[in-house]
Amino acid sequence: MTDTQTADKVGSVDDLLVLVRRVADQARPGEELEVYASRGVETDVRAYDGEIEQLSSASSAGVGIRVVSSLRQGFAYAGTLDEAAITETLAEARDNATFATPDEHLGLARPDNVAPAALDLWDEALGSLPTSAKVEMALDLERRVRGGDPRVRQVDAADYGDVAAEAAIATSTGITATARRTICSLSVSAIAGEGTDSQTGVGFSAGRGPGDIDAERAATDAIERATRMIGATKVKSGRCVVVLDSRVTSTLLSVISSALSGEAVTKGRSIFAGRVGEEVACPLVTLVDDPTDARAFGASTHDAEGLACRRNALVDAGVLRGFVFDTTAARRAGTVSTASAVRGGYATTPVAGCRALLLSPGSLDADEILAQVGEGFFVQSVTGVHSGVNPVSGDFSVGAEGLMIRGGVLAEPVREGTIASTLQRMLHEIVYVGRDVEWLPGLAAGQTLAVDGMVLSGA
Amino acid sequence: MSDAASGSALVESAVVGRVLDAALGRGAEFAEVFVEDRRGTSASLDDGRVEELSSGRDRGAGVRVVVGETTGYAHTADLSEAGLLVAAEAASAVARDGTGTRTVALSPSVAPRPYDVTIFPEDVEKARKIELLERADDAARSAGSAVTQVSAGYGDSRRRILVANSDGVFVTDDQVRSRFAVSCVAVGDTGMQTGFESAAFTVGFELFDTVDVEEVASAAARRALAKLSARPAPSGEVPIVLASGSGGILFHEACGHGLEADHIAKDASVYVGQVGSLVASPLVTLVDDGTIGREWGTFAVDDEGHEARRNVLIEDGVLTDYMWDYLRARQEGRHSSGNGRRQSYRDLPMVRMTNTFLVDGDADPEELLAQTPTGVYVAKLGGGQVNTTTGDFVFGTVEAYLIENGRLTEPLRDANLIGNGPEVLRRIDAVANDFATSPGTCGKDGQSVPVGTGQPTLRITGVTIGGTAGD
Repeated sequence: MTDTQTADKVGSVDDLLVLVRRVADQARPGEELEVYASRGVETDVRAYDGEIEQLSSASSAGVGIRVVSSLRQGFAYAGTLDEAAITETLAEARDNATFATPDEHLGLARPDNVAPAALDLWDEALGSLPTSAKVEMALDLERRVRGGDPRVRQVDAADYGDVAAEAAIATSTGITATARRTICSLSVSAIAGEGTDSQTGVGFSAGRGPGDIDAERAATDAIERATRMIGATKVKSGRCVVVLDSRVTSTLLSVISSALSGEAVTKGRSIFAGRVGEEVACPLVTLVDDPTDARAFGASTHDAEGLACRRNALVDAGVLRGFVFDTTAARRAGTVSTASAVRGGYATTPVAGCRALLLSPGSLDADEILAQVGEGFFVQSVTGVHSGVNPVSGDFSVGAEGLMIRGGVLAEPVREGTIASTLQRMLHEIVYVGRDVEWLPGLAAGQTLAVDGMVLSGA
Repeated sequence: MSDAASGSALVESAVVGRVLDAALGRGAEFAEVFVEDRRGTSASLDDGRVEELSSGRDRGAGVRVVVGETTGYAHTADLSEAGLLVAAEAASAVARDGTGTRTVALSPSVAPRPYDVTIFPEDVEKARKIELLERADDAARSAGSAVTQVSAGYGDSRRRILVANSDGVFVTDDQVRSRFAVSCVAVGDTGMQTGFESAAFTVGFELFDTVDVEEVASAAARRALAKLSARPAPSGEVPIVLASGSGGILFHEACGHGLEADHIAKDASVYVGQVGSLVASPLVTLVDDGTIGREWGTFAVDDEGHEARRNVLIEDGVLTDYMWDYLRARQEGRHSSGNGRRQSYRDLPMVRMTNTFLVDGDADPEELLAQTPTGVYVAKLGGGQVNTTTGDFVFGTVEAYLIENGRLTEPLRDANLIGNGPEVLRRIDAVANDFATSPGTCGKDGQSVPVGTGQPTLRITGVTIGGTAGD
């Protein structure tokens, strides 16, 4: 099948469902089969200096097959929906299963009678948006940033992007499910400066469809973030209160989520292992993972094993309530799946993970939190999260840039600093949770967050 | 099977020629067809069990069309002539108004591999791959009773590519890579710590003739165990000694990305306009070299069909050149430096590093350490990240020790270091003669590619370390 056919078919998931069901029905006695197929189309447009630098239209489709036989698991995938390739993939997955170590906890999901939430994550308007309109949105975004402030000296990337993706899953254990979603986004990177000083700022806006994205907001955000950093210098090291921008909070929650994975917990790889019922955070912290909240970018009717997604309470007023589980991790822990299986696409197997984390909002917005904090450091962005945060030990050390907080308002810009603590300590030292919830692409919402006792390192 | 597979064309040259003609049909200046067939196997052991063996195949082609400053791109998983023509049509949509008939004359060639593959991974019994994992698990657990968890991963890939373009290039490459990695958790009075080690080379299964998986596992376990007694890293600016091979990632971030021509063209690098200038200590000679046999970032031709090259970027502290892909080089009227790479046929190529390393100096590594009264000794770095526009970059330690009176004393907990590229390069005041490399994965604009890094032991007079210990 060609990808043009793929593109035409996205949005009518029925044929995918027929395909996965037919393959799953080939299960032999004593064998469990899970067949997952996905398909998507993407458009990316990059504007530069008033012209289109790149226009890329991409489509992909593939199938991943998981076999559980004699308590062993095997997996194989193919980047096509071609019949012959699927037959070969099934044979390969069966062969692969013969090499694993038997594990009594292994198994595929079974229907658990939870009804899927009614979610509309598909914007039909995207399908009828002509390429010329997408091109114009990218060009318009770039113009807004270039013309928005005399200190903007370069726009190194102004991008429009969209994705329409759908997936179907069927198992020999009675699971049948489909999921689909669209995402549409604008993203822009501005370089602003005076003299030899150049600073950068990224702005974006994202939603389900073209009607949800706001070019002016993305442009204003990029310009503000770049221009307010002009003249940034290094700061003296010391301990202080840091106020995290909502994007940074979202990143922090994403890191914490890996320690809330039931798989990490059962394998002794989480700072939260064995601590259910204990105070793991200050009472301001109530954390849920709720993929049935349509506002979340990670919202989904079903998890990656085909169970209906549900709301899972993880931390309640500082007390750890539970973890997220896929089927196998749940069996290992002696519990049931929380319908929290996630997967990176057809080429990987499901694992336990969060999709839509949200901290219960507090009563103050960003400006009020700055006023309350009085003196401290506002973190605009962090770097090195993958290299400096260890969710097993809890050590937290990341590069940070932002602005000092003086007299309750933002003051001079700071670059080339780091902020450090441990995840355990940070959770206990949260002093304000913002009410300014912002749904961001990724697996966690953002909001302003103030954390005490962090070490700011600089000169 | 291996030899037959490498000899057969992914797509016949006559078909490729017709697809290029179609891609140029609307008046484009340049057209390219990139075909990729990738097969891979991975196996993982965790919690004492071989959890999964996975195998898969992805193949397809991407068509790129350049008109003026605009690039159009489309791809397909359908390698039939009809499928490729549809992609050519879609990619050439950026050239709306033009017309033209150009016929491309292709001269097929096979790029010689810069290394020999003696054992193709697909010819190796799966059971032998699994056995490596079990040996690693045993070795890591026997390193100490405090080791509570071990995960080990094996991976191999074979990537055959064909690149043809309207300049007459028609070249194929067959890239074989093998990788083995172990990570451990150790538990002590102060909580849990982690250790990681990997071996990754552009070779076949013969990797395991020279790499001992037990040693990889022991190194990972030793790293986790050492940190059980670690104290928090210092906070503030300190002298740093980087152990040989511990992390050429420093150069990858401090200047590698900033020397990529796409950042230069957009004025998004601190190294713009610096060719011919002193940008680093005179002890620094930095090379990007895609031709080194076996290294993780090595290949015969890049993903635009240009031969891998050895490019000197900084010589005795003076910036000599940037790294170039074909598109940028063409705009500047010069040759590609063989740095055009892409993650897969679904992606546009861009300027990427290959194996980027600092060459040997002449200091003795032990004397270098002995002559460092205080500071932090970094035995192993994790990842890093850079903002090329400001030059500010971070890199994380995964094994580090305090230096007191020229000797290593206490182990330190993980921390990030932060510095500014040109400043840090100028602060290198000693370079030893014990060069070694380490593999990594480089991410840029959402695309990941394998890269090599390397350096001898060296000292930086001051870098900010982001620990929590007060002075």
